Amino acid sequence: MNKFDRRGFIKLAGLGGGVVFASSLSRGFGLNALGSVVDYANGKAQNDFYFVQLSDTHWGFAGPKVNPDAEGTLKKAVQAVNSLEVQPDFIVFTGDLTHTTDNVQVRKDRMSQFKDIVGGLKVPTVHFMAGEHDASLDRGDAYQEAFGKLNYTFDHKGVHFVVVDNVSDPGASVGESQLNWLKADLKQQKTDARIVVLTHRPLFDLYPDWDWATKDGTAVIDALMPHKNVTVFYGHIHQENHHMTGHIAHHSAKSLMFPLPAPGSVPKKAPVPWDASAPYKGLGLRSIEAGPKQAKYEIKELNVTGA
Amino acid sequence: MNHKKRILLTGVLLASAVVSGLLTYTRANAVPVERVIHITAKNFQFSPDSITLKKGEPVVFEISSGDRKHGFSLRAFGVRTDVLPGKVSRIRLTPDKTGKFTFSCDVFCGDGHEEMTGTVIVTE
Repeated sequence: MNKFDRRGFIKLAGLGGGVVFASSLSRGFGLNALGSVVDYANGKAQNDFYFVQLSDTHWGFAGPKVNPDAEGTLKKAVQAVNSLEVQPDFIVFTGDLTHTTDNVQVRKDRMSQFKDIVGGLKVPTVHFMAGEHDASLDRGDAYQEAFGKLNYTFDHKGVHFVVVDNVSDPGASVGESQLNWLKADLKQQKTDARIVVLTHRPLFDLYPDWDWATKDGTAVIDALMPHKNVTVFYGHIHQENHHMTGHIAHHSAKSLMFPLPAPGSVPKKAPVPWDASAPYKGLGLRSIEAGPKQAKYEIKELNVTGA
Repeated sequence: MNHKKRILLTGVLLASAVVSGLLTYTRANAVPVERVIHITAKNFQFSPDSITLKKGEPVVFEISSGDRKHGFSLRAFGVRTDVLPGKVSRIRLTPDKTGKFTFSCDVFCGDGHEEMTGTVIVTE
């Protein structure tokens, strides 16, 4: 078996003491308690872990033909995460936490309401990032007041996470200043470091006519390119998409408010209408099993009801 | 033909050659007349949102905003501009290919930005 088996993990973890993570382990690795992997060759323990990605919750959106449960979907997602037998190490929200509004007070209210709802998550560590709906109309002022920095890094069990802001500029650029910050940060990382980039818009030109691109995304990718183990998780396009730029994998997540059509598949981009015969179709969240030693990420899509 | 008449004829021929040459030069170097197309960006819509051009026909888009900052991007021809209230932004273009091409607002402007697109149709 060469893949992390989430179901197996959950089942085994539920057995109590002496639990092991019966994931795929290549030669030279053995099992330790609670998911640790021991590299016998180096004598070092390297923990595998998993985190959950939620995206494009668009709190405040109203459109019964698109999502008649606009006020309930995020709450269901919180319940779905809380019902996971083994809780993730942390949760990331990859932008568009709230739906845009011109009214500054309403924007702040939506952010406050969003925080109240996701405050119900059992997992204590949650990393937020902004989408253009949160941050483009005021260059991130309200967002920073509510959630903190627009771009930052954190480290977890051997993986370096970099949050890149490609939304507070309404023109969808990362900007020179942030690029310099990114380059300085990457300089501190070895070329074989495990790096995960979290961002909102795609960094590559997925479909620029629909704003599915970052104007200076190529410069970001160029900065990442010397690093051998880089994976990007993003949101914005309200559907799964998997793309490679050289050795760098880019994975987009589903929305928790409404799906969007496949890139360029219709003349005008517009939310996919609600399907009463299949409620919540096209919406979802995902778990990501991280195996830092192998620099591999196993994605499992979960639906809103957690089934 | 006497000497005076010969000089006169030569002068007339030279003058007509100069005039003819000047006319040819002027025609060859004349600045083609650009068709001006006015576009307004307002309420998350471009008006008009469908524009028909002829291949090789020089045009200038004069784009203005009726409310807030927008962008105008016609990626197929590598042109874009910011569109600011109270100003007219100009884009000069001579289409060199036929087809249907999308233009869009590339500056996030609010709820409705995502659907702020239009089409340029270039015919032979």
